[in-house]
Amino acid sequence: MIGAIFSPRVLRGLLPPLSLAVLLISIFWLQPRTMSYFGLNLLLNLAVPIALATIAQMFILCVNELDLSIGGFVSLVACITATWVQETPLFGLLALAALIAAYAGLGALIHIRQLPSIVVTLGMSFVWLGLAVLVLPTPGGKAPDWIRSLMTLKPPMIPFPIIASVALALIVHVALMRSAGGTVLRGAGGNPAALARAGWSILRIKMTMFALAGFFGVLSGMALVGLTTSADANIALRYTLLSIAGVILGGGEFVGGRVSPIGAVIGAMTLALAGSFLSFLRLNPDWQIGAQGAILIIVLALRLLIRQAEKRR
Amino acid sequence: MLRIKGISVLALVAVAAASFGQAALADTAGKRIALSNNYAGNSWRQAMLRSWEKVTSAAVADGTVAAADAFTTAENQVTEQAAQIQNLILQGYDAIVINAASPEGLNGAVKEACDAGVTVVSFDGIVTEPCAWRIAVNFKQMGKDEVLYLADKLPDGGNLLEIRGLAGVFVDDEISAGIHEGVAETGKFTIVGSVNGNWAQDVAQKAVAGILPSLPDIVGVVTQGGDGYGAAQAIKAAGRDMPVIVMGNRQDELQWWKEQKDANGYETMSVSIAPGVSTLAFWVAQQVLDGADVPKDLTVPFLRIDQGNLEENLATTEAGGVANVEYSLEDAKTVISGAM
Repeated sequence: MIGAIFSPRVLRGLLPPLSLAVLLISIFWLQPRTMSYFGLNLLLNLAVPIALATIAQMFILCVNELDLSIGGFVSLVACITATWVQETPLFGLLALAALIAAYAGLGALIHIRQLPSIVVTLGMSFVWLGLAVLVLPTPGGKAPDWIRSLMTLKPPMIPFPIIASVALALIVHVALMRSAGGTVLRGAGGNPAALARAGWSILRIKMTMFALAGFFGVLSGMALVGLTTSADANIALRYTLLSIAGVILGGGEFVGGRVSPIGAVIGAMTLALAGSFLSFLRLNPDWQIGAQGAILIIVLALRLLIRQAEKRR
Repeated sequence: MLRIKGISVLALVAVAAASFGQAALADTAGKRIALSNNYAGNSWRQAMLRSWEKVTSAAVADGTVAAADAFTTAENQVTEQAAQIQNLILQGYDAIVINAASPEGLNGAVKEACDAGVTVVSFDGIVTEPCAWRIAVNFKQMGKDEVLYLADKLPDGGNLLEIRGLAGVFVDDEISAGIHEGVAETGKFTIVGSVNGNWAQDVAQKAVAGILPSLPDIVGVVTQGGDGYGAAQAIKAAGRDMPVIVMGNRQDELQWWKEQKDANGYETMSVSIAPGVSTLAFWVAQQVLDGADVPKDLTVPFLRIDQGNLEENLATTEAGGVANVEYSLEDAKTVISGAM
């Protein structure tokens, strides 16, 4: 019984939440002020758009591709949200829908022409950034009131960022991990040949996954503008690497098919909190990027240890 | 009798307290001020942080404030600085002084700070959130002043070369707009060429060397700072007559100007903002915490160097640095009362 609890499989599943818990407890200890409704809200609200971008990246990683353009894409969405969606809602929402369609098109392009997704998305990152500068040449714009009031919602008892993250993790988990359709989508990453032989269209699956990534990228940009109140063409460039690191930190892998939505959200939270933790430690900023990398390496090294224990059995 | 004595003692205490309040010592002794800085990768920003360190450590030592810590984000990114500001709120600072990565992108975090009762003062890279104080630089006026100086010095007018900064940055647009406004107003000059020098000597030198062969004679070069020395090198290499190059307070520029002045009586002027503006922001934050009535929009004066005070400024500028002034509490009060 006790052996089952400490089996490598369970341990591997527990690693992301445990890392988050350790980080959160250290933060509470360093700065007791964070242990309040107000504190948790401030600590976690910027993690919500990162979590959404991480989920977007997870869909791409799930079909064995990599998206290097998500940061630029989220920035573009932020710029569109702060301008067009605010001024002419219908046109703005249409533009966002077109962006999701463009993402699906990218999936089709990558699949049909058998292009490396890294190259295509790296190229697209410049396209998104260029479009963002065209939409909003100088920083500005204004968040639509409904997004602003949603993101600054103060529900009783539990801070909004926590509710939003839990809801996001559960919804995507049920849809991708527990439903028949979700299993097929994941299968396309794990063993596309088998799925194709069974009669599924890999093209359609890839387009679906890229469209889903685009959809969550759009949500991420809108959430970000809701928090910052206005946009900047460079606002989310960091999200590209954060989202990849978040998926991997949450137990996902680069091989395709092996992802975890709950883990991805936890991974995104962990990365967002790692920055706060280091700043509460009063660590010299020159060391902070390195320290953030060190946290990543420690968690991944632990995972490797667990996997080796798994093999030994 | 005793009662009267008691009252007079009370009155004495009250007078003492009032005079202490005027010295701005009593009220902010327990307050903590943080600097949130987005970037530290050039000489100007390094000088800015050194000035902050120097002035605030003295202020902490003599008990004016309890703490004044500087925080710089590792990457120059809006989302990172927003998170940093939220962390500073959680750390319980009474005021946050910001040099912002974006004038708009931090507004959400700044609003959170104001709502939590934290005083926010932005400078250099200012924020537009109405609840924050802004110490802005009138970059447009700075560009215009360059042309006005040239108009005064070169009454016959002529052709100008304009060296711009980093394309797409608000500061570049403002200075350039001021230069063009000055040219239109004085009506003596024609801008015959314009290159981007990115506020860096090496970039400016390459850009000027590239455009020079296509230009007619030029009488003046209008710049944005950090580019004057590079322009001089390029013009010298091309074997042209040295025009009047407006400098930007960098040490290498002032050094070159001094050499030319000693050799052939070369005359020009130099203008930029002093990195010590961070210390002005510190004192403004201190004044706000002290309860002083401070207008939300303040303007920082430029640091202008002319033929007369060149030597004096060059002597106090370290090699590779920028001419600097550090502000005192009195300077801050003058700026505040000037804006009333």
